[in-house]
Amino acid sequence: MAEYAHPETLATTDWVAKHAHDEGVRVVEVDVDTKAYNEGHVPGAIAWNWNTELCDTLRRDILSRQQFEELMERSGVAPGTTLVIYGDNNNWFAAWAFWQAKIYGHRDVRLMNGGRKKWLAEGRELATDVPKVKPANYTAGEPDPSLRAFLPQAQAASAQGAAALVDVRSPQEFSGEILAPPGLPETCQRGGHIPGARSIPWGKAANDDGTFKSADELRALYASEGVDGSKPVIAYCRIGERSSHTWFVLKYLLGFNDVKNYDGSWTEWGNLVGAGVERGAAAKAAGARQ
Amino acid sequence: MRAEEYAERGLELAGWPVNVASYRLGTEWHAKADNVSPGAALARATGTTRDEAERKVLARAEQLLGRTRRQAV
Repeated sequence: MAEYAHPETLATTDWVAKHAHDEGVRVVEVDVDTKAYNEGHVPGAIAWNWNTELCDTLRRDILSRQQFEELMERSGVAPGTTLVIYGDNNNWFAAWAFWQAKIYGHRDVRLMNGGRKKWLAEGRELATDVPKVKPANYTAGEPDPSLRAFLPQAQAASAQGAAALVDVRSPQEFSGEILAPPGLPETCQRGGHIPGARSIPWGKAANDDGTFKSADELRALYASEGVDGSKPVIAYCRIGERSSHTWFVLKYLLGFNDVKNYDGSWTEWGNLVGAGVERGAAAKAAGARQ
Repeated sequence: MRAEEYAERGLELAGWPVNVASYRLGTEWHAKADNVSPGAALARATGTTRDEAERKVLARAEQLLGRTRRQAV
């Protein structure tokens, strides 16, 4: 069985149980459900709120370099800290935080494999106290543009095919049958997908216990849709968090060289005046432009 | 404190597949529902029994899922 390309970017629940309180280790929980942390969390873990602390709350953007530095400093994270991130929904927003940490050059970031779900299911110790954190000094690197796609790059990938577009939403969102995940508010004017995109839902990369599938399984999954690392990849979803999960898989577990997360995603493309949209199931995508 | 008696099950609500996870923290039961394929959390609830927590969470999830509009494709 093949190894992951970068196994050092994963931490097992066992490892976290043993090292969460080590000096030089900071464990952070990032959930979709921002109340989950208060219910009980990994002892020693702090929490980041994805919709107030991991984005610019005035303009639609990720954290600025200064905002990222401030977050690290108040979280007691120094440049040499081993940052272990985990969360609910198979690490969706944990992967979003991981992605931003890599954009700003944090060296040692890891996802806890299986996330919050695995920790709970294993019956591991939970704490409800919020640890006191000694602030640290932090200088972030310049943002790494190779990890993030903006609209013009997505448009070029769609028009010219220079990069593989991977849509990681559900098949029903991809086809245009629904405009948002079932039960959630609709956040776009048009349903469907970016012309030329392949449908590879994020969840196919995860086992039932929330851990990532093996490298062999992952390689076969993406290769079956023509995504084999031979050309650049742009992953997208609705707002960029599910695609962070896939970005992590392609970049760090499979070791593809050029993988970008398009965080504008469908809330940008599906609201864009004049943007081409394809509808229909994956196999029919090529002939269904509107 | 630990999550005890953790269990998950799948079912269909308002025409959509749903996953429900429930467990006990101390004396309180917690239940959560997500919409499976996209995996988004729909609702959470607590109760004095597993049944009570799941009943509450499923009621809320069904309410939310019932609002989902299907488009002609």
